[in-house]
Amino acid sequence: MNINTLINALPGACAQGLVWGIMAIGVYITYRILDIADLTVDGTMATGGAVCIMMLMSDHNIWVSMLAATGAGMLAGLATGVLHTFMGIPAILAGILTQLSLYSVNLKIMGKSNQAVNVNNYNLLVSLRYIKGVPLWQNTIFIVIVVTIVLIAILYWFFGTEYGASLRATGCNPGMSRAQGINTNFNKVIGLMLSNGLVAFSSALLAQYQGFADVNMGRGAIVIGLAAVIIGEAIFGKIFRSFALQLLAVSFGAIIYYIVLQVVIWLGIDTDLLKLLSACVVAIFLAVPYWKGRYFNKPVHKAASDTSGA
Amino acid sequence: MLDVRNIYKTFNPGTINEKTALAGVSLNLEDGDFVTVIGGNGAGKSTLLNAVAGTWFVDEGQILIDGVNVTKLPEHKRAAYLGRVFQDPMTGTAATMEIQENLALAERRGKVRLLRPGITKQERAEYRELLTMLGLGLENRMTAKVGLLSGGQRQALTLLMATLQKPKLLLLDEHTAALDPKTAAKVLEITDLIVNRDHLTTLMITHNMKDAITHGNRLIMMNEGKIILDIRGEEKKKLTVKDLLDQFEQVSGEQFSNDSALLG
Repeated sequence: MNINTLINALPGACAQGLVWGIMAIGVYITYRILDIADLTVDGTMATGGAVCIMMLMSDHNIWVSMLAATGAGMLAGLATGVLHTFMGIPAILAGILTQLSLYSVNLKIMGKSNQAVNVNNYNLLVSLRYIKGVPLWQNTIFIVIVVTIVLIAILYWFFGTEYGASLRATGCNPGMSRAQGINTNFNKVIGLMLSNGLVAFSSALLAQYQGFADVNMGRGAIVIGLAAVIIGEAIFGKIFRSFALQLLAVSFGAIIYYIVLQVVIWLGIDTDLLKLLSACVVAIFLAVPYWKGRYFNKPVHKAASDTSGA
Repeated sequence: MLDVRNIYKTFNPGTINEKTALAGVSLNLEDGDFVTVIGGNGAGKSTLLNAVAGTWFVDEGQILIDGVNVTKLPEHKRAAYLGRVFQDPMTGTAATMEIQENLALAERRGKVRLLRPGITKQERAEYRELLTMLGLGLENRMTAKVGLLSGGQRQALTLLMATLQKPKLLLLDEHTAALDPKTAAKVLEITDLIVNRDHLTTLMITHNMKDAITHGNRLIMMNEGKIILDIRGEEKKKLTVKDLLDQFEQVSGEQFSNDSALLG
């Protein structure tokens, strides 16, 4: 229980939280904007890393490798989107089907269940070795912060465009969207591709950071993503109103999640129990708004809800 | 403007819940017609509107809007021709988006949406002017989320959205039924204002016989998936609620069983 152990572990937790924050922003796009709980991400969170590592091992440039990883994620999103819209399968089930099939795909991409790259032999963008004792522009935390800010800026611009606004409308009210001439099915597919692209990009960063890709590295990713979204909203929801700040809150949520995780590990709790704890935390946070609405709502007289005269 | 040719629609065919909602409906609207539609519950009024809007495809028959055959056109493509306001105030707007964003979405109905800005400065000025016309004070709350508005305010906004791009046909599906009488009157007043200003061809369903008589230049009554009455011009102007009830009994051979229609 040496406090220094914890303090030494914090930069690593921050870096991991930042990387997972990008993944959580992807989850935010489906869960909050499109109103779909997309379970594909558990598979995509391994696909991105697998593609990136394999590309690196066949001597591709780091940026090309990460772009390929993002593209692979978008293909996974496309698969779920087609299952959901064209084939009429409920979104959750469509995600599960893609996630399951990605397990085989990921094994085939890597040839075995785990592939590692040594940071000394490859020119990696981020690594757990680059957290202390390197110049700022090589520091993993700095790089991921810059990447996150750039991504948030792009997403902020995108969701403010004509097309981006139609994506938001699709999630908010599909019937109204169609009445306003929006192809909701097409938009759902694009949204799923965008989300899974981000998740795979995050996965590519994570694989570099830890130095390997593993077929199980995405297990429970959706829960971590949701936890980040919910923690971010719970803590920053009142002050972060604009869309860009809401995305930033998601990233903060992921960092907080990993710091708390680090504290829990430092307290000496059996690490086998971590996933159970994560699930419980998410379940409780999801239940709170429901309980609030059901048990703590002040009774409102129905006629009083329309007093403005129109 | 609208040409509905002998359309049929049966829901849940071959099951115990089979329901023939439209049984050979034909209807022809001239440019500038304002037609009110009345009928009891399950008469097929909303089904007729949904058939025109393309919520699903009809089993038989054809639908033409301004000479274009839209029978097999999906809902979002048909939207280019149509303005729609629904019964439920929640249905016609995106609650988590701003008032001005909702209007900007409607402004782009029937157009290709690309990566241009979702709303421009010039549009904001236009919307402020249009909202002022409603007289509900919404022009000062343009960045407020639509979810914060009352039912009446939402219906007025939806009406504005439906007519922002002049539609070939305006479909009003009992758009005042969920509002209190005073608010309903205000929304109807705005409806008349916009329809007259833009000379819109309009199909309006209502539960209220009095409204059906006082608004529009033509009235049709539906029963069991068919149009059983079609009254227009001078004849419509002289109509009373009692006339309508008598005619209904005469044509359908049964009592008009709908309290809200009688009390309205």
